[in-house]
Order: sequence, then C-alpha cells, then structure tokens
Amino acid sequence: MKRLLLIGLMVCSWLATPVYAEGLLMFRSKQTFPEAMLALQGAIAEHGYTVSRVQRVDIGLTTSGYTTDKYRIVFFGKSGELNAIKYAEPELIPYLPLKIAIFAEGQETMLVTANPVQYASFVRNKNIADILRRWENDLRSIFNDMK
Amino acid sequence: MSGYVKTQLARILLLGGSLLLAMTASAAPNGEALYDQHCASCHGYDGHGGMGIPLALPAFLQSVPNEYLIKTIRYGREGRVMPPFKYLSDAQIDAIVKHVRGFSSAEGAPLTLGSVQGEPKNGARLYTKYCATCHGANGEGGKGTGVTFSRPRDLPVIAPALNNRGFLAAASDKMIKQTLMKGREGTPMQSFLKQGLSESDINDIVSHVRSFEGQTRKSASPEKQDISPVLVRESSYDLKTTIENVKAAAAAANYRLIRVQELDKGMVKEGKESQKEMVIYFCNFELLNNVLALDPRVGIFLPCRVTVVEREGKVQVMSINPQHMSALYNNAELDKACDEMTAIYENILEEATL
Repeated sequence: MKRLLLIGLMVCSWLATPVYAEGLLMFRSKQTFPEAMLALQGAIAEHGYTVSRVQRVDIGLTTSGYTTDKYRIVFFGKSGELNAIKYAEPELIPYLPLKIAIFAEGQETMLVTANPVQYASFVRNKNIADILRRWENDLRSIFNDMK
Repeated sequence: MSGYVKTQLARILLLGGSLLLAMTASAAPNGEALYDQHCASCHGYDGHGGMGIPLALPAFLQSVPNEYLIKTIRYGREGRVMPPFKYLSDAQIDAIVKHVRGFSSAEGAPLTLGSVQGEPKNGARLYTKYCATCHGANGEGGKGTGVTFSRPRDLPVIAPALNNRGFLAAASDKMIKQTLMKGREGTPMQSFLKQGLSESDINDIVSHVRSFEGQTRKSASPEKQDISPVLVRESSYDLKTTIENVKAAAAAANYRLIRVQELDKGMVKEGKESQKEMVIYFCNFELLNNVLALDPRVGIFLPCRVTVVEREGKVQVMSINPQHMSALYNNAELDKACDEMTAIYENILEEATL
C-alpha cells in the first residue's frame, strides 16, 4: 500500500513540477514603455513586493547610436526575505534585491530578469531554496499579469 | 488508516495520475502559445525580429526546410545568443515550426538532407574570394552579436557563423548549396550563379563549408558552471574604511561613483536600514554602453556594484562574478567583455582589502 501511495505521489509531483530552469526569464510586452513600466510596478506590488528603487540607465545612450534612452532597472523585494537570506546565505547578497531590466524596443517593451532558481545550486539552506523557487514563480506570475 | 480508506485513496491517486498522464500525452502542443512563451521575446510576436533575426522574412522561410528550423531550435547557436531548447519535446518544436511557417505564405523548401560532393581545396579559394568578407575567414560569422536595442538594423540579418556547430548540424549540404545558388532576397546574400560561379564551383564551396566541422570552435568560457558566482575578499579594515577603500579603488579603475546605500534601503522604514550591508554603486559609462551594445539584456547586473558586509566585527567585500553571469546569455562577444569585467572587479576588491 505504502509503495502504491509513493508511486502515485511521485507521478503527480513529476507532472506538477517543471523539469528545467531557464537562466533568463524574458517577456515582451506589447505595451509602450511608460505603460509597461506602470504595469510592472503595479504587478510587483500586487505580489506583495516593495519597489525599492528605479535606476535609470540612460546616460549617453542616444549619443551612442540608440534611438531611445528608455532603459531602467527596477529593484524590489520583501524585507523579511531579504533579512532571512542575508544571514543564512550571505553569498547571495550581491544578487539582492531582485531586479528586472526594462527597456523599450520600438513600440513594445522588453523585460528581463535572472531566474533566481539558478542560485539554488549554491544554497545549503532548504528554506532559502524554497524562497528562490517562490521568487521564480512570482516573477513568472508578474510577467503573466502584464499580459 | 482503515482498509477502506486506503483502497479509496489508492484509487483516487491512480485515477488522478492516469488522467494527468492521459492529458499530457493527448494534448496537442499549441504552437502559437509556445512561440509566444519561448521565441517572441527575441523574434517578436509577428516574427519581424528585434533582438533576434526576422523569421518572417519570406526569402528565409522559402529557403530553409523544416528540418533546419527544428534543429536550430533544438541545438541553438553556441555563443551566438540563440539558446538550445533542449527541454522542449519534438512535438512542441514541431508546433513552433508550424506556427513560424504561418508568418509567410511562402512554401518551405522541401526537405533536402543529401550531401554535396565537391573539391574542398578549390572551395577554400572561392570561399576566401566570395564569402569571407561577410562570413569571416574561418566561417566565424559577421562581427557583433546581431542583437539590437531599439537601434535600426544596418542589415536584416547578421552574416551567420558557418563554422558554428549548431549551424552545421542544422543546415544540410543541399540547403547551403541552394542558398548559394539562389541567394536570399531581402538580405545581402546574393545568388552566386548570377555572380558567375558554376554549379561545380558552388559544390566546392559547400564542401569547404562542411569542412568547418573538423574545426572545433573554442568556447570562450567552457567551464562556466565551475566558475564561482560571487567574488569575495576579507577586509582587514573596518566597515567605514573598507567602503572608502572601495570608492577609491573604483575611481582608480576609471569608474564614477553613483551612490552608497544600505542593501535594504527602500524596503524598510527610513532610518531603520541596516548599516551592516552597504552597497557601493559605480559606473564607467563608456563600458556600460559598449556592453549594452553587445547585449541589451545585461541590465540585470548593472550598474556595477560592490557590497561591503560586516558580521561580528569581520568585514567582507563581495560582488557578483560577471564571468558566471555571462553564461546566461550564450553570447561569445559578451563573454569576452565579462572576462574583462571580472578582472576589473577582482582588482577593485584586491585594492580595497589589501
């Protein structure tokens, strides 16, 4: 009986979990840059995160041949999780807080972030690995909400 | 647990598992949804390109068989941004290809897998004369990554790296021959029959291109997975002095200081920030623009920053390792830039902690 239950649970968990991890999570929004920027910050807040800073990356872009200077990096996180990670896994500090690069591409907008799950390979603490997995789900959900 | 409950639970699990398996097996992959999820970010929802090449170009779709598209998706182009989609099933890739075919009413070239016999020596001579200007002396492809950031493309496609393992695996001899004979309208690739070459000459060039398989393209950073994701140094100074040291070292490396701030700034109430983790942001604008030109997606590790951390009186200086991060991009040009950035970061950390 126990073996049967185990097999059943294994089948269900195999079907429920993704079998790969993309290194970069990318999303092309059909919205213009200002609209996408607004939608992104709204989606981040909806998922319970705080936007801590929006960094402009536009100095000299137009003089370097770009037709736009619409490039920003949005930093965000949850202070509780940040605190937990910085003590349990200090090696992750340089990768904190979460960030999404957002830039205009014509009339559309590109959003890119690193998949936090890739850091799980050098994390020893199970709770922190769980946080990284939750972050991946939240990032996918944030991009999904922007559709 | 009673026998009855056990039996019912087992039935539910078996039924649920069987249903899920059946659904997985029978559901036909949705090509459009898969394309939107995996390809549209780079190639655009309508296939008109962006960071990636314009797949909707009729001359392109006319001249490549499905097999070429399938293998390109499966193997990608090592070091040339297009990643290998190893985790997609054959059915999913077929569905994506079907969707891509819908971008143009042009019929795909019939599957042509046959090899072409030619004289590689003469092919090498002709290649140097007619092909090397665009495709590189050794088939290394056009310069740059082809990736754009809201810049008008000088050309609709960058000259492919003919020595790339992904290209050689995907393109059959006959496909290469057809491209040489007919050219590709809307791109700089001309018909070499019209340029005066004979079919025999073209066979020779194909043989030379195929000989690139014997050369192994040296990956810029073959063991990325073994590279530490972070750079860390112990500091023998206190936190405040170490921060000043980092600022001075960054300035000495031609970086401009942007700001120094607490790691949790903006996430906790003002005045409640921890002073034990301080981030020093700095930038070299010329380097920034050069790197963005190689790959606009690098913003996730910009601006440059070093974090100084104090734990029980011990001070550490740490940063991301750009060499490790560059593995995410499958971009050989970016790999080189990230190697340089790692060296600069290491110097800054050394200078700040010595």
